[in-house]
Amino acid sequence: MLLRSLHFAGEEAPPFELKGSLFTLTVLHLFQLDRAAIERHLAEKIKQAPSFFNNTPVVIDLEGMADSPDGLDFNGLYELLRAHGMVPVGIRNGTPMQQAAARLAGLPVLPESRAANNDKKTERAEAAPMHSRIVNHPIRSGQQFYAPEGDLIVLGAVSAGAEVIADGNIHIYGVLRGRALAGVRGDAEARIFCQSLEAELVSIAGRYRISEQIESSDRSKAAQIHLVEDRLIIEHLNR
Amino acid sequence: MATIIVVTSGKGGVGKTTTSASFATGLAQRGYRTVVIDFDVGLRNLDLIMGCERRVVYDFVNVINNEANLNQALIRDKRVENLYILPASQTRDKEALTKEGVERVLNELKVGFDYIVCDSPAGIERGALMALYFADQALVVTNPEVSSVRDSDRILGILASRSLRAEQGDEPVKEHLVLARYAPERADRGDMLSVDDVLEILGIPLLGVIPESQTVLQSSNAGVPVILEDSSEAGAAYSDLVDRFLGKSLPHRFISTQKKGFLQRLFGGS
Repeated sequence: MLLRSLHFAGEEAPPFELKGSLFTLTVLHLFQLDRAAIERHLAEKIKQAPSFFNNTPVVIDLEGMADSPDGLDFNGLYELLRAHGMVPVGIRNGTPMQQAAARLAGLPVLPESRAANNDKKTERAEAAPMHSRIVNHPIRSGQQFYAPEGDLIVLGAVSAGAEVIADGNIHIYGVLRGRALAGVRGDAEARIFCQSLEAELVSIAGRYRISEQIESSDRSKAAQIHLVEDRLIIEHLNR
Repeated sequence: MATIIVVTSGKGGVGKTTTSASFATGLAQRGYRTVVIDFDVGLRNLDLIMGCERRVVYDFVNVINNEANLNQALIRDKRVENLYILPASQTRDKEALTKEGVERVLNELKVGFDYIVCDSPAGIERGALMALYFADQALVVTNPEVSSVRDSDRILGILASRSLRAEQGDEPVKEHLVLARYAPERADRGDMLSVDDVLEILGIPLLGVIPESQTVLQSSNAGVPVILEDSSEAGAAYSDLVDRFLGKSLPHRFISTQKKGFLQRLFGGS
C-alpha cells in the first residue's frame, strides 16, 4: 500500500509528487484575545530569541478559548502574528463556530491534539512514549499485525507471507521471513531489528528492499535495518 | 465429553483424509469411541478411504438440515469396534455447513463419543473454516515441500486467530505436526525438505512422520485405512502417531536412511 506511489516511477515523469511527511511545528496556545496583551507578550519573547521569529510557521491552538465568544477575529489575529514574524498555518481545537471562522479566514483546521487537558501537562503528554504492541506468538503466513503510533514487538518468527507493520520500530525475537514495514507514517528514524534476516521485504518510511536486493552476506544474520541519508542500511548485530 | 480434533493442511492432496481415516481407526482400535466426519461437502472421499461408500444413506448435511437424525446418518465401521463415520454430502456445496448446524451436530456427538475427528477440505474457505472452528486440537498435515509448508503455516495462523477458542480467548487449539509422504533418501539428497527444515519453519511439535509408501495408495483404493496394514511402514508410522497422541513417548521411525541388508536387497523390503 505504501509502495504504490513508487510504482508510478516507470511512467513518464510527473510534474509533482504528493507525499506524507511529519513536521515539528510551534503551537501557540491562545488563552485570550486581547491584542495589547498579545503584542506585549510577543515583544518580550522576541527580545529573548529574535532569530526564532523569522517567518516561523505556527499552529494556533484554541483549546483554551472554548469559553470565549464564538466570533474570533482571525484576520486580525493573522495580521498581528505576521507582523511579529510568525506565519499561522492552521488552527487546532476550538468550537465548531471558531473553526468555521478560521476556515473563512483561510486557516485550515488540523486534527485535535491527543492530550485532552489544557493545563501544563499537555506539553509533557505530547512527548510521552508511544504505545507499543507486543505479539507473544509467531506470526503466520497471511497474518498481518500493525502497531499504530508505536513499536511492534514480536516474540517469535514472522513467517513468509506474513506482514508486520508499525508507525515506529519493529523488533522481532525470531526469524524474519515475511515483510516488515517500519515507520509507515514517514518516521525515517524508525528501525527494524530481527534475530535472523530472511525477509521477503523490509521497508522504512517507504524506502524498501525486496529479498533479491538483500546481500547473501546479510541473510540469516541478526540485523538491524535503518535509514542513513535516505538509504536503507543493513547492519549485523554482533555482540 | 469428547475432544474435537481437526485434520487440516491448507493444501490439497497432502494426506488429510488418509490421516483422518487412520488416526480415527487407531483411536478406536485402542478402545476410544471415535467418530470421523467428512467436512469436504461436494467432494466426498472419506467414505471411499474407509471402505463404506456403499452404505451411505444419509449424510452430514442431512443431519444439519434436520432431514435425518444422527443415528440414521452415522455408519458403523465393520472392522473396528467403536468407530463411526459421518459422510459428507456429494450433491451439496460448502454453504450447507452453517456454524449453528455444525455446532448442534458436534454437541450431539460429544455426548456419546471420546474423540471427534474432523476431516477438513483443502483451502481456507467455509468448509475448512467450519472443520477447524470448534476444534480443541489440530493435526496439521504437511508434505516436505515448500508450498505445502507455507499453506500449513497459513492454516496455523487461522487456527490461532479464527477458531472458537481464539475468538473466546480460551486456551489455544493444541497443534500437532504430521509430516506425510516423507522419503529420507530424497531429503538426504536435498530434493525434499528435511524433518528439521519443516520443524524450523512451522515451529510446532512433531506428532509423526509418515514415510512415502506404495501401501498408502493400494490401501486407499481398497478402502482400508492404512493403519490396518500392520506390516507396512506407513501403517506402523500411523500406529506410533496414535500412541504418541495418547501420551506415549516413542522415537520417530522412518526418518533416516537405512542401509539395506543383503537379504533385504535380494527380496525387497516393504
